[in-house]
Amino acid sequence: MTVSKLTFAVERWTPASRIGAWVFALVIALFATAPLYLSAGLLDRLTVLFIYVILAAMWNALAGYGGLVSIGQQMFFGLGAYFTIRVADAGFNPFVAVVFSGFCVAGVAYAVSAFMIHLKGGEFAIGMWVLSELTHLLVNLDRLVQGETGTSLISMNAFNADIRRVAVYMAALLAMLMLLGILYWLLRSKTGAAIQSIRDDDQAAASIGVDVVATKRKLFVLAAFGIGIAGALWLCTAITFQPKTYFGVQWTAYMIFMVLVGGIGKFEGAIIGAVLFFLVETWFGAWGVWYLIGLGLAAVVFSLFFPKGIWGAIENRFGISLLPIGYLLVQK
Amino acid sequence: MISGLIQAIMLGGYYAIIACGLSFMFSVMRIINLAHGSLAVLAAYLIFLLADRFGINPFLGLMIIIPVMAALGWLLQRYLLDKSARGGELLPVLTTFGLAIVLDNLMFQRFGANVRSLAPYIGDLSWDAVELPGGIFVGKLSVIILVSAIAIIGGLQLFLSKTMMGRSIRATSMDPDTAGVVGIDPKRASALAAAIAMATVAVAGMFLGMRATFEPYSGASQLLFAFEATVIGGIGSLWGTLIGGIVLAIAQTLGANIHPLGFLIGGHFMFLAVLFFRLMRSRSSILAWSKSRMSRAI
Repeated sequence: MTVSKLTFAVERWTPASRIGAWVFALVIALFATAPLYLSAGLLDRLTVLFIYVILAAMWNALAGYGGLVSIGQQMFFGLGAYFTIRVADAGFNPFVAVVFSGFCVAGVAYAVSAFMIHLKGGEFAIGMWVLSELTHLLVNLDRLVQGETGTSLISMNAFNADIRRVAVYMAALLAMLMLLGILYWLLRSKTGAAIQSIRDDDQAAASIGVDVVATKRKLFVLAAFGIGIAGALWLCTAITFQPKTYFGVQWTAYMIFMVLVGGIGKFEGAIIGAVLFFLVETWFGAWGVWYLIGLGLAAVVFSLFFPKGIWGAIENRFGISLLPIGYLLVQK
Repeated sequence: MISGLIQAIMLGGYYAIIACGLSFMFSVMRIINLAHGSLAVLAAYLIFLLADRFGINPFLGLMIIIPVMAALGWLLQRYLLDKSARGGELLPVLTTFGLAIVLDNLMFQRFGANVRSLAPYIGDLSWDAVELPGGIFVGKLSVIILVSAIAIIGGLQLFLSKTMMGRSIRATSMDPDTAGVVGIDPKRASALAAAIAMATVAVAGMFLGMRATFEPYSGASQLLFAFEATVIGGIGSLWGTLIGGIVLAIAQTLGANIHPLGFLIGGHFMFLAVLFFRLMRSRSSILAWSKSRMSRAI
């Protein structure tokens, strides 16, 4: 009788994820050099795409991993723009203001998370919406903003239009990469294991010693920080700040569409969703009302019939994962 | 001051009507319907159409729209919400939010951006006032709204405690599986509850159109009012929505007295203050409970 000897090794990378990483690196290299060969219009569009990826990834971090579905993330988008206006008004360089603004938003998020995070399900969702409306009304009271009339990021005019375009493009690319990097690192760290156990069942996670509240709070603050940066970058491209456009609930509707269609709770899903939303908007945005009806319908249909989204379906079917977050047991 | 307080209480009656349906659906199905406000606006538009095209008095129109909305509620529960709720507590938020976007924009597509009101179709009711003892005048319509709120909530409460159907709904709200064991069809009970909730939404839509104006995107603010009243009054409690509605309206009135833009701010602050207070209380009670357990264990 012979006993076959099996040896195993624990690995994080799969052949697919190795290829994925190379493709990802190649795409980044192309994006980084894009100002050299792309037209001004395309650069502006790509800047928008990067902002969408940030929004999707951050909403996904909160809802997909933290189990916190918020209808009020426009609060942080609006605050990001507002703080940028405020800091720039104090005489700082607008790009410094963007970074500073992100940390201000994170501070606000840390403070409100102390009690918002304890709300459950739908209560948290609409509670955040109320908070966002309140923030909008309070920002309107600021003399600098002049109510719904709004104001502009005047200091941006110091830059020549071409330089400004490239600078904002590079800033958006950098912000996207850094935020995706932070999220990826968080998911692979010890916190990541806690996050994924909360995603699957937060009561079970608590029972095995995961600090659910602290972990959710980390995600909440990170999501607010990222969305705040996105709002600040949006201000850099649009220059004008009208509170209504930044604090509009449509931003959250876009985030929900991107994440739900791409695949909620999947790192790759949010990115795919953002690219898809970007294409849909480019092609059908001019349809106005029907375009919005389509977005709403997609949210209904995906939540009912494909709650795992496109990436969930791909993963189920082919069992591939491009960015390795979990562990694999491999037979040698 | 007293007059302002009485006006606020009347306004609270409206909030109670729009909130009781939301609270009712939550207590039975554990779903917060984010399309609640949009559905109220839809009802307002339907009643407006009947009045505008066919000259039907809005109160009579309501009698036609109540069954329509109830049927819509039944279908929504059967084909959308029931399926969505089985996927966990987060999916219904997404489904109903998507539904609200679809409804809002369909209404915009169909009815345009014009601001509408039902006030022109109810004659002198929109400005008639009644005198209370003490020489305070209140709008007749506001009194009707407050009385309707009390009647609707009282009626719902009676229905839930006295009728067989009401008991089957209550049983489903407590535990759908066990309700199924004792011969109740929980799906049917939930659909019935959704139909009833949508009937109250029809009433809310009518009063929304009578006391103010509405446009296709008015649904979001109505949803927030309903939600705030529900939470302030204690989620899941029907009479609570009346108290919550009144407290919300008083906070808004106070806010408006402090600053011209303070109406909504006052309401939102009250909502957050109540949330914060409850959380502190539940935390300290959990803490006290675990401490007593610990000391007993030792």
